[in-house]
Amino acid sequence: MSALPVLDDLTVGDVVARADFTLTRDSLVRYAGASGDFNSIHYRDDVAVSVGLPGVLAHGMLTMGLAAQPVVDWVGDPGRVVDYQVRFTRPVLVDAESGAVVSVSGKVGQLDAEGQTARIDLTVTFGGETVLGKAQLRVSLAP
Amino acid sequence: MPVNPELQGRVFPPVPSYLVGREKVREFSRAVFATNPINVDPEAARAAGYADVVGPPTFAVVLQEATLAQLLAEPDAGIDFSRVVHGDQRFSYSRPIVAGDELTATLTVASVKSLGGHSMVTAESNVVDQTGAHVVTATSTLVVRGDE
Repeated sequence: MSALPVLDDLTVGDVVARADFTLTRDSLVRYAGASGDFNSIHYRDDVAVSVGLPGVLAHGMLTMGLAAQPVVDWVGDPGRVVDYQVRFTRPVLVDAESGAVVSVSGKVGQLDAEGQTARIDLTVTFGGETVLGKAQLRVSLAP
Repeated sequence: MPVNPELQGRVFPPVPSYLVGREKVREFSRAVFATNPINVDPEAARAAGYADVVGPPTFAVVLQEATLAQLLAEPDAGIDFSRVVHGDQRFSYSRPIVAGDELTATLTVASVKSLGGHSMVTAESNVVDQTGAHVVTATSTLVVRGDE
Protein backbone atom coordinates (compact mmCIF):
# COMPACT_ATOMS: atom_id res chain seq x y z
CA MET A 1 0.00 0.00 0.00
CA SER A 2 1.27 3.43 -0.94
CA ALA A 3 2.10 6.04 1.69
CA LEU A 4 -0.36 8.88 2.23
CA PRO A 5 0.54 11.84 -0.01
CA VAL A 6 1.63 14.95 1.88
CA LEU A 7 -0.44 18.03 1.10
CA ASP A 8 2.49 20.43 1.39
CA ASP A 9 4.37 18.48 -1.27
CA LEU A 10 1.62 18.98 -3.84
CA THR A 11 1.18 21.75 -6.40
CA VAL A 12 -1.93 22.61 -8.38
CA GLY A 13 -1.53 21.00 -11.80
CA ASP A 14 0.46 17.97 -10.61
CA VAL A 15 -0.68 14.81 -12.38
CA VAL A 16 -1.10 12.28 -9.57
CA ALA A 17 -3.00 9.43 -11.20
CA ARG A 18 -3.27 7.81 -14.59
CA ALA A 19 -4.71 4.50 -15.77
CA ASP A 20 -6.44 2.80 -18.69
CA PHE A 21 -9.36 0.42 -18.26
CA THR A 22 -10.60 -2.04 -20.85
CA LEU A 23 -14.34 -2.57 -20.70
CA THR A 24 -15.95 -5.56 -22.34
CA ARG A 25 -19.57 -6.65 -22.50
CA ASP A 26 -18.71 -8.95 -19.59
CA SER A 27 -17.74 -5.88 -17.55
CA LEU A 28 -21.18 -4.39 -18.19
CA VAL A 29 -23.02 -7.53 -17.14
CA ARG A 30 -20.88 -7.74 -14.02
CA TYR A 31 -21.65 -4.10 -13.16
CA ALA A 32 -25.37 -4.59 -13.83
CA GLY A 33 -25.46 -7.41 -11.29
CA ALA A 34 -23.33 -5.62 -8.70
CA SER A 35 -25.21 -2.33 -8.90
CA GLY A 36 -28.74 -3.53 -9.60
CA ASP A 37 -28.99 -1.41 -12.77
CA PHE A 38 -30.42 -3.88 -15.29
CA ASN A 39 -31.36 -1.39 -18.00
CA SER A 40 -30.96 -3.59 -21.07
CA ILE A 41 -29.34 -0.86 -23.20
CA HIS A 42 -26.21 -1.92 -21.33
CA TYR A 43 -26.18 -5.49 -22.65
CA ARG A 44 -28.59 -5.85 -25.60
CA ASP A 45 -27.76 -4.38 -29.01
CA ASP A 46 -31.32 -4.75 -30.27
CA VAL A 47 -32.75 -2.74 -27.37
CA ALA A 48 -30.01 -0.09 -27.64
CA VAL A 49 -30.68 0.35 -31.35
CA SER A 50 -34.46 0.44 -30.85
CA VAL A 51 -34.13 3.53 -28.62
CA GLY A 52 -31.90 5.30 -31.13
CA LEU A 53 -28.48 4.51 -29.69
CA PRO A 54 -25.59 3.43 -31.90
CA GLY A 55 -25.07 0.33 -29.75
CA VAL A 56 -24.60 -0.98 -26.22
CA LEU A 57 -23.30 1.65 -23.81
CA ALA A 58 -21.42 1.34 -20.55
CA HIS A 59 -23.39 2.44 -17.48
CA GLY A 60 -22.42 6.02 -16.72
CA MET A 61 -22.06 4.95 -13.11
CA LEU A 62 -19.56 2.26 -14.13
CA THR A 63 -17.41 4.89 -15.84
CA MET A 64 -17.75 7.11 -12.77
CA GLY A 65 -16.87 4.20 -10.50
CA LEU A 66 -13.73 3.10 -12.30
CA ALA A 67 -12.53 6.66 -12.88
CA ALA A 68 -12.12 7.12 -9.11
CA GLN A 69 -9.84 4.14 -8.74
CA PRO A 70 -6.49 5.61 -9.84
CA VAL A 71 -7.01 8.39 -7.29
CA VAL A 72 -7.97 5.90 -4.58
CA ASP A 73 -4.76 4.00 -5.34
CA TRP A 74 -2.73 7.20 -5.16
CA VAL A 75 -4.20 8.20 -1.81
CA GLY A 76 -4.05 4.58 -0.61
CA ASP A 77 -7.46 4.41 1.10
CA PRO A 78 -10.97 4.49 -0.46
CA GLY A 79 -12.31 5.96 2.78
CA ARG A 80 -10.43 9.19 2.14
CA VAL A 81 -12.68 10.21 -0.76
CA VAL A 82 -15.07 12.68 0.87
CA ASP A 83 -16.78 14.07 -2.22
CA TYR A 84 -17.03 12.90 -5.81
CA GLN A 85 -19.02 14.46 -8.63
CA VAL A 86 -19.27 14.07 -12.39
CA ARG A 87 -21.36 15.20 -15.32
CA PHE A 88 -22.13 12.58 -17.96
CA THR A 89 -21.33 14.25 -21.27
CA ARG A 90 -20.74 11.44 -23.80
CA PRO A 91 -21.56 7.75 -23.86
CA VAL A 92 -18.95 4.98 -23.89
CA LEU A 93 -19.86 2.54 -26.67
CA VAL A 94 -18.71 -0.97 -25.87
CA ASP A 95 -18.10 -3.08 -28.95
CA ALA A 96 -19.09 -6.75 -28.57
CA GLU A 97 -15.72 -7.97 -29.82
CA SER A 98 -13.16 -5.28 -29.12
CA GLY A 99 -14.71 -3.66 -26.03
CA ALA A 100 -13.76 -0.08 -25.13
CA VAL A 101 -10.71 1.50 -23.54
CA VAL A 102 -11.40 4.29 -21.06
CA SER A 103 -8.42 6.45 -20.08
CA VAL A 104 -8.29 8.32 -16.80
CA SER A 105 -5.89 10.94 -15.55
CA GLY A 106 -6.14 13.00 -12.42
CA LYS A 107 -4.40 16.24 -11.55
CA VAL A 108 -4.45 18.45 -8.51
CA GLY A 109 -7.14 21.11 -9.00
CA GLN A 110 -7.16 22.81 -5.62
CA LEU A 111 -5.48 22.46 -2.23
CA ASP A 112 -7.12 23.32 1.08
CA ALA A 113 -4.43 23.46 3.75
CA GLU A 114 -6.89 24.32 6.52
CA GLY A 115 -9.29 21.48 5.74
CA GLN A 116 -6.40 19.14 4.79
CA THR A 117 -8.09 18.19 1.54
CA ALA A 118 -7.08 18.14 -2.10
CA ARG A 119 -9.41 18.41 -5.06
CA ILE A 120 -8.38 16.11 -7.87
CA ASP A 121 -9.77 16.91 -11.31
CA LEU A 122 -10.23 13.96 -13.61
CA THR A 123 -9.94 13.79 -17.36
CA VAL A 124 -11.76 10.70 -18.60
CA THR A 125 -11.66 9.88 -22.30
CA PHE A 126 -12.88 7.23 -24.71
CA GLY A 127 -11.82 7.27 -28.35
CA GLY A 128 -9.99 10.56 -27.80
CA GLU A 129 -13.06 12.43 -26.50
CA THR A 130 -13.92 13.30 -22.92
CA VAL A 131 -16.90 11.38 -21.53
CA LEU A 132 -17.19 13.00 -18.09
CA GLY A 133 -17.35 16.71 -17.42
CA LYS A 134 -16.56 18.51 -14.16
CA ALA A 135 -15.27 15.24 -12.74
CA GLN A 136 -13.83 16.11 -9.34
CA LEU A 137 -12.89 14.14 -6.24
CA ARG A 138 -12.08 15.69 -2.92
CA VAL A 139 -9.76 13.57 -0.80
CA SER A 140 -8.78 13.99 2.82
CA LEU A 141 -5.01 14.09 3.35
CA ALA A 142 -5.22 14.66 7.11
CA PRO A 143 -2.34 12.73 8.71
CA MET B 1 -46.79 14.78 -19.93
CA PRO B 2 -44.25 17.21 -18.47
CA VAL B 3 -42.60 16.63 -15.10
CA ASN B 4 -44.83 17.90 -12.31
CA PRO B 5 -43.24 21.11 -10.94
CA GLU B 6 -44.96 20.49 -7.60
CA LEU B 7 -42.50 17.64 -7.02
CA GLN B 8 -39.96 20.22 -5.93
CA GLY B 9 -39.41 19.97 -2.19
CA ARG B 10 -41.23 16.66 -1.84
CA VAL B 11 -39.76 14.32 0.76
CA PHE B 12 -40.44 10.62 0.30
CA PRO B 13 -40.80 8.06 3.10
CA PRO B 14 -37.47 6.38 4.00
CA VAL B 15 -36.87 3.15 2.07
CA PRO B 16 -36.41 -0.06 4.11
CA SER B 17 -33.00 -0.20 5.76
CA TYR B 18 -30.08 -1.78 3.90
CA LEU B 19 -27.52 -4.01 5.61
CA VAL B 20 -24.16 -3.60 3.88
CA GLY B 21 -22.69 -7.06 3.32
CA ARG B 22 -18.99 -7.81 2.99
CA GLU B 23 -19.50 -9.89 -0.13
CA LYS B 24 -21.64 -7.15 -1.71
CA VAL B 25 -18.83 -4.65 -1.14
CA ARG B 26 -16.37 -7.10 -2.71
CA GLU B 27 -18.69 -7.79 -5.65
CA PHE B 28 -19.23 -4.08 -6.27
CA SER B 29 -15.52 -3.36 -5.89
CA ARG B 30 -14.65 -5.95 -8.50
CA ALA B 31 -17.28 -4.51 -10.85
CA VAL B 32 -15.74 -1.00 -10.71
CA PHE B 33 -12.14 -2.27 -10.98
CA ALA B 34 -11.39 -1.37 -7.35
CA THR B 35 -8.37 -3.35 -6.31
CA ASN B 36 -7.38 -1.50 -3.14
CA PRO B 37 -7.03 -4.08 -0.34
CA ILE B 38 -9.23 -1.95 1.96
CA ASN B 39 -12.11 -2.58 -0.47
CA VAL B 40 -11.76 -6.35 -0.50
CA ASP B 41 -9.65 -7.67 2.38
CA PRO B 42 -11.10 -7.42 5.92
CA GLU B 43 -7.62 -7.74 7.46
CA ALA B 44 -6.30 -4.82 5.40
CA ALA B 45 -9.40 -2.79 6.26
CA ARG B 46 -8.94 -3.46 9.98
CA ALA B 47 -5.25 -2.55 9.76
CA ALA B 48 -6.34 0.80 8.28
CA GLY B 49 -8.73 1.39 11.18
CA TYR B 50 -12.04 0.23 9.70
CA ALA B 51 -14.34 -2.41 11.18
CA ASP B 52 -14.58 -4.25 7.84
CA VAL B 53 -14.17 -3.71 4.09
CA VAL B 54 -14.95 -0.20 2.78
CA GLY B 55 -17.21 0.52 -0.18
CA PRO B 56 -15.73 2.28 -3.23
CA PRO B 57 -16.68 5.98 -3.60
CA THR B 58 -19.68 5.17 -5.79
CA PHE B 59 -21.02 2.30 -3.65
CA ALA B 60 -23.82 4.53 -2.34
CA VAL B 61 -25.52 4.16 -5.72
CA VAL B 62 -26.74 0.78 -4.45
CA LEU B 63 -28.61 2.61 -1.66
CA GLN B 64 -29.79 5.34 -3.99
CA GLU B 65 -31.34 2.90 -6.45
CA ALA B 66 -34.41 2.17 -4.29
CA THR B 67 -35.05 5.84 -3.63
CA LEU B 68 -34.96 6.74 -7.33
CA ALA B 69 -37.38 3.87 -7.99
CA GLN B 70 -39.79 5.60 -5.58
CA LEU B 71 -39.52 8.81 -7.56
CA LEU B 72 -40.07 7.14 -10.93
CA ALA B 73 -43.08 5.25 -9.56
CA GLU B 74 -44.72 8.33 -8.04
CA PRO B 75 -48.12 8.52 -9.77
CA ASP B 76 -48.21 12.31 -10.21
CA ALA B 77 -44.49 12.76 -11.04
CA GLY B 78 -44.92 12.63 -14.80
CA ILE B 79 -41.48 11.08 -15.27
CA ASP B 80 -41.35 8.71 -18.26
CA PHE B 81 -38.39 6.44 -17.53
CA SER B 82 -37.77 5.81 -21.23
CA ARG B 83 -37.02 9.54 -21.61
CA VAL B 84 -34.69 9.83 -18.62
CA VAL B 85 -30.98 10.51 -19.12
CA HIS B 86 -28.60 10.63 -16.16
CA GLY B 87 -27.08 14.12 -16.24
CA ASP B 88 -25.00 14.61 -13.11
CA GLN B 89 -24.07 12.57 -10.08
CA ARG B 90 -22.49 13.47 -6.79
CA PHE B 91 -21.64 11.70 -3.53
CA SER B 92 -20.81 13.72 -0.41
CA TYR B 93 -19.59 11.59 2.48
CA SER B 94 -19.48 12.30 6.20
CA ARG B 95 -17.78 8.93 6.60
CA PRO B 96 -17.14 5.92 4.37
CA ILE B 97 -19.61 3.04 4.02
CA VAL B 98 -18.27 -0.05 5.80
CA ALA B 99 -19.59 -3.63 5.68
CA GLY B 100 -21.89 -4.17 8.65
CA ASP B 101 -23.49 -0.74 8.40
CA GLU B 102 -27.27 -0.70 8.48
CA LEU B 103 -28.25 2.28 6.35
CA THR B 104 -31.49 4.09 5.64
CA ALA B 105 -32.01 6.38 2.65
CA THR B 106 -34.55 9.16 2.28
CA LEU B 107 -35.22 10.94 -0.97
CA THR B 108 -35.91 14.64 -1.35
CA VAL B 109 -36.62 16.31 -4.67
CA ALA B 110 -34.30 19.30 -4.42
CA SER B 111 -35.40 20.99 -7.62
CA VAL B 112 -37.43 20.66 -10.82
CA LYS B 113 -36.40 22.96 -13.65
CA SER B 114 -37.45 23.37 -17.26
CA LEU B 115 -34.80 23.95 -19.87
CA GLY B 116 -35.57 24.16 -23.57
CA GLY B 117 -38.44 21.67 -23.51
CA HIS B 118 -36.61 19.29 -21.20
CA SER B 119 -37.02 18.94 -17.45
CA MET B 120 -34.18 18.61 -15.00
CA VAL B 121 -34.98 16.87 -11.75
CA THR B 122 -32.41 16.96 -8.96
CA ALA B 123 -32.96 14.19 -6.42
CA GLU B 124 -31.04 13.99 -3.15
CA SER B 125 -30.86 10.69 -1.29
CA ASN B 126 -29.79 11.25 2.27
CA VAL B 127 -28.25 8.16 3.87
CA VAL B 128 -27.94 7.73 7.64
CA ASP B 129 -26.64 4.86 9.77
CA GLN B 130 -28.31 2.90 12.58
CA THR B 131 -27.59 5.73 15.04
CA GLY B 132 -29.18 8.31 12.74
CA ALA B 133 -25.82 9.89 11.88
CA HIS B 134 -25.29 11.12 8.33
CA VAL B 135 -23.13 8.88 6.14
CA VAL B 136 -23.55 10.14 2.58
CA THR B 137 -25.78 12.23 0.38
CA ALA B 138 -26.15 10.94 -3.17
CA THR B 139 -27.42 13.57 -5.59
CA SER B 140 -28.60 12.78 -9.11
CA THR B 141 -29.74 15.17 -11.76
CA LEU B 142 -32.04 13.43 -14.20
CA VAL B 143 -32.75 15.01 -17.55
CA VAL B 144 -36.23 14.11 -18.78
CA ARG B 145 -36.49 14.75 -22.51
CA GLY B 146 -39.63 16.56 -23.62
CA ASP B 147 -41.98 15.47 -26.41
CA GLU B 148 -40.40 15.77 -29.83
